[in-house]
Amino acid sequence: MALTRSRTSPRDRARSHDAALRYQERTGQPPPKPPIVALKDATVVYPGGHVALERVTLEIERGEFAFVVGPTGCGKSTLIKMLIREVEPASGDVMIAGHDINGLPLAKVPHLRRRIGTVFQDFKLLPNRTVYDNVAYALQVIGEQRSEIRRKTPEIIRLVGLQSKIHNYPDQLSGGEQQRVSIARAFVNHPPLLLADEPTGNLDPETSIGIMQLLYRINRTGTTVLVVTHDRDMVDKMRRRVIALEQGRLVRDEHRGGYHDESTREFAMRLRSEMEVAERRVGGWDLDIDEDV
Amino acid sequence: MSRIVFFVSEAFRALRRSAAPSIAAIVTIVVTTLLLGVLVPVLKASEDKAQDVRDQIGLNVYLYDDATRSEIAALESKLATLEHVESVTFISKADAVPLLQGKLEKKSDLAESIGELPSNPLPASFAIDIDSPNNLGAVSAAISSVGPSGEPKPISPIIEEVKDARQDASKLTRVTGAVKIVLIVLAVLLLVASLMLVGNTIRLSIYARRREVEVMRLVGATNWFIRWPFIIEGVIVGLVGALVAVAILWLGKVTVVDPLSDSINLVDSLSTMSFLPLVIILVASAMCVSALGSGITLRRFLRV
Repeated sequence: MALTRSRTSPRDRARSHDAALRYQERTGQPPPKPPIVALKDATVVYPGGHVALERVTLEIERGEFAFVVGPTGCGKSTLIKMLIREVEPASGDVMIAGHDINGLPLAKVPHLRRRIGTVFQDFKLLPNRTVYDNVAYALQVIGEQRSEIRRKTPEIIRLVGLQSKIHNYPDQLSGGEQQRVSIARAFVNHPPLLLADEPTGNLDPETSIGIMQLLYRINRTGTTVLVVTHDRDMVDKMRRRVIALEQGRLVRDEHRGGYHDESTREFAMRLRSEMEVAERRVGGWDLDIDEDV
Repeated sequence: MSRIVFFVSEAFRALRRSAAPSIAAIVTIVVTTLLLGVLVPVLKASEDKAQDVRDQIGLNVYLYDDATRSEIAALESKLATLEHVESVTFISKADAVPLLQGKLEKKSDLAESIGELPSNPLPASFAIDIDSPNNLGAVSAAISSVGPSGEPKPISPIIEEVKDARQDASKLTRVTGAVKIVLIVLAVLLLVASLMLVGNTIRLSIYARRREVEVMRLVGATNWFIRWPFIIEGVIVGLVGALVAVAILWLGKVTVVDPLSDSINLVDSLSTMSFLPLVIILVASAMCVSALGSGITLRRFLRV
């Protein structure tokens, strides 16, 4: 699953194909896929000399659900921006699914972004489009057939529980609803990697749990989910991998065990009880219906 | 195909959603096109007039009435061998009448009255075409040099007078030249001003949507995917603006210029440029400017 159109020459590709075949002969198993995200000594320096990320090295495997935490200004958002090539690292390697995106030609950047779903803290919805059109735009961008757009868009909007608001404009929605539109747009292409920058930043605890539940469900379809947040409480309850940044440096990277196989419903119930939030259904939003989407 | 439909519908959506900036852009295009629509024919007319005057430059050699045929033939061959002379045409007394009548066509009373004269007052003459207006003096001097005491010494005794339209011509050329320069300077200034105005209007309307462009970039739209609707929008704005301007020009032509040109000779030259090519040029250039303006302005917002 190549995230970007390969920049390697045909000869290089043939060579890596040979290597994969040899690996298979030797071990009798298909070669391991490269991690979805691999950073090596990635350093980002903003104009003016501010070092936002300093020699960050980490790997995120396919299918993982990981958090990036840290205080404001620690470089969390810069990490996301670097992964979608909004900023370029000053040094070090940034590999997405085995491809070095550092130095990716500007014309190829849109193709990278189409394979990475991104959820922004400020939603970044198009203000003059309805919920439907906002989600459909992500499909129009990749040149999807109109019939496919008509099929997929309502489906994903139903998944995030907004079918009753499908023709509303973003300014007619609450923050939580806008965030769900943003998630729907990020996930409608079924990207292998979903990045969420403070997805619960401006939301109340109950709505936040709903958003987390949605991200967890997306993760269960096999998509790698990387959530940036400063909500330590939420992170502690989730019991997933936590990558902590401080002043641009990686200070902690721990995998926590347990709860990996819980269903979305169990997940939500546990979160609610642990965070002492009473269960409450938000207008028509029932995430427990299609469990196996 | 479905992509083109998508781009066009995106362009119309944008025009609908931001009506005020779109109307501002259309009005600027209308004004610019109107200016062009008035200035281009005026410039064209003054250019035509100047060309007319230049074409008329030549020499007329008037002969005495008592010149014999052999003298005339000898002079003709002499004139034809002079340097810078392109052609020599003999105009007999009888030929001169219809020629003058032709020139006076507009003033038909005068033309008729020439025919009513008891005898033909017009002299026979040679009309000499010269390769360039600059050589007029040289040829004139070759035909009739000025003697030491000031009286002309023509190369043949049958020459009564050598006349060139030089004084008239140079005066006319000077005047039309000055008019042309003033008009060109005015036109260029107005054009630059209105192009900047168009550019500014487009920039404002795109600036209002810069966040939208940024979001498009972040969800993986290619630059051209973002740009096409803007360009189509520019084409539509240019087309509508130009059509409105053309309608106003046409009204002006029908109500003001056409009636005037019937009665006043000078206005006649204003309509030398036919309306259709002018319309095509105006509409095409308005659409190009507007579309290019949108496309180029957008560049600044595509570097996300």
